[in-house]
Amino acid sequence: MKENNGNFWIVYKRRPASLAMRIMVIISAVITAAIIVSLIGYILVNGISHIKPELFAWTFNTENMSMMPAIVSTVYMTVLSLVMAVPVGVFSAIYLVEYAKRGSRLVKVMRLTAETLQGIPSIVYGLFGYILFVVMLGWSYSFLAGAVTLAIMILPLIIRTTEEALLSVPDSYREGSFGLGAGKRYTIFKLILPCAVPGILAGIILAIGRIVGESAALLFTAGTVAQVPGSIFDSARTLSVHMYALLSEGLYTDEAYATAVVLLVLVICINGISGLIAKKLVAR
Amino acid sequence: MRNHSENAMKAVFLAAACVSIIAVILICVFLFASGIPAILEIGPFDFLLGRSWKPGQGLYGIFPMIIGSIYVTAGAIIIGVPIGLFCAVFLARYCPKGLYRIAKPAINLLAGIPSIVYGFFGLMVVVPLVQNYAGGSGKSLLTASVLLGIMILPTIINVSESNIRAVPEHYYEGSLALGATKERSIFRAVLPAAKMGILAGVILGIGRAIGETMAVVMVCGNQAILPEHITSGVRTLTANIVLEMGYASGLHRDALIATAVVLFVFILLINLSFTALKRRGA
Repeated sequence: MKENNGNFWIVYKRRPASLAMRIMVIISAVITAAIIVSLIGYILVNGISHIKPELFAWTFNTENMSMMPAIVSTVYMTVLSLVMAVPVGVFSAIYLVEYAKRGSRLVKVMRLTAETLQGIPSIVYGLFGYILFVVMLGWSYSFLAGAVTLAIMILPLIIRTTEEALLSVPDSYREGSFGLGAGKRYTIFKLILPCAVPGILAGIILAIGRIVGESAALLFTAGTVAQVPGSIFDSARTLSVHMYALLSEGLYTDEAYATAVVLLVLVICINGISGLIAKKLVAR
Repeated sequence: MRNHSENAMKAVFLAAACVSIIAVILICVFLFASGIPAILEIGPFDFLLGRSWKPGQGLYGIFPMIIGSIYVTAGAIIIGVPIGLFCAVFLARYCPKGLYRIAKPAINLLAGIPSIVYGFFGLMVVVPLVQNYAGGSGKSLLTASVLLGIMILPTIINVSESNIRAVPEHYYEGSLALGATKERSIFRAVLPAAKMGILAGVILGIGRAIGETMAVVMVCGNQAILPEHITSGVRTLTANIVLEMGYASGLHRDALIATAVVLFVFILLINLSFTALKRRGA
């Protein structure tokens, strides 16, 4: 819809409210853009100069404040949480889409619980993990307690994205497979899941983003020990928790800048990959 | 034989589907079982309406924190919703295609930035700004509101945009054909039709703001008193938990868990109204 420029001002002169609205829209868009640019720009510009090789030393001590153990822990934490959450989440979605009758009671309850889980703040997850895993089950501050807590936290995300991916597989595929005499299990694993893989993958990548960025849920479950965990019952801090620890001690602003840059770059990469996959999906 | 394995597989899928239900039940049971006895021990009125939080003296009143959370969330809504809504209108109705291809991923990126990074940005940029232009120490209700307003922007923008786009095109075209300006058509014909969905997005934003922890704790000042001024420090429910959980024990620890119970109840209420709204919208 292109406006005729000569007409433009005549119309708006008679409609000051419309002009005001148009200005508000433009101003809001500019404010949002300014926020995005200043947030990312500020951290990158100020942070890059603080990235030094000793920040990536293999072992942590108070001299180098290395973030390497935290990076390794973040990778471990991501893998362990996904190993727990992805099968459960994908299977839940399969049940919801392929087996349950649409609109049945169980489906309604499940949808409600998934929505509830999604809305719970991470600090509440953290306290729940602390009460159940750290205290009741006696795991103390441990990697495992953190990973299970995070797995529960990302479960609704995995379920929802997988559901969407499964629903986007046309029904004719299922009918064709059944018509040829294939069983339900065969149809799901050989036909429907492969078609849904890109959608599921996009969800998993979003979940990775949440795990990498999470700090409140891990503070009281995985603890804050700055070492690569030797076993799943050792305490460890991920990169986000590392950053919180640096900031709460108040002495390590430079290191916090560097950590913020690493986190930001990670998140940009994760978002980029998920965007690419989503674009592939649309193109299909 | 084949029927057996089919049924076994179905049972596995069903079991997986029950995990999320079990998780919600576990979270409710363990939180309430640890928090409610503490509330009863302190006394529900002293706990919820008590004005002083002094664990050292056995005073556990979280009223200032409840008010702090509500103020900060309200501030975030006042700042985030208008900007987010107008920005969504821009994206849905004004944005050229080329710009949209950059703007949309950028807003998704805003949603993906870890809250601790927001907190750091708030501490380094927003706090000094507030200190210079509004006075006070800079760590205040206002700062937390601004930062949370920024953090809920992507939620508001994305939900509003998709709801604006879902309104049938002929609403807009019909209004234009009657001689209304583009703005009048958008704000009087399209937006009212998308009202329910946008409101659901705002509720989602409220849930995010009230539950936000790491960013708020960096910039809100954390004084456990009722704020007198927009530039006074506040402490939210979430901040209360993070600040003291590390060293708390005994009743103090249980009082913090009870704080989480109160927060959890808030969230459940918000979720319920969200679900109800979505149902009415659909």
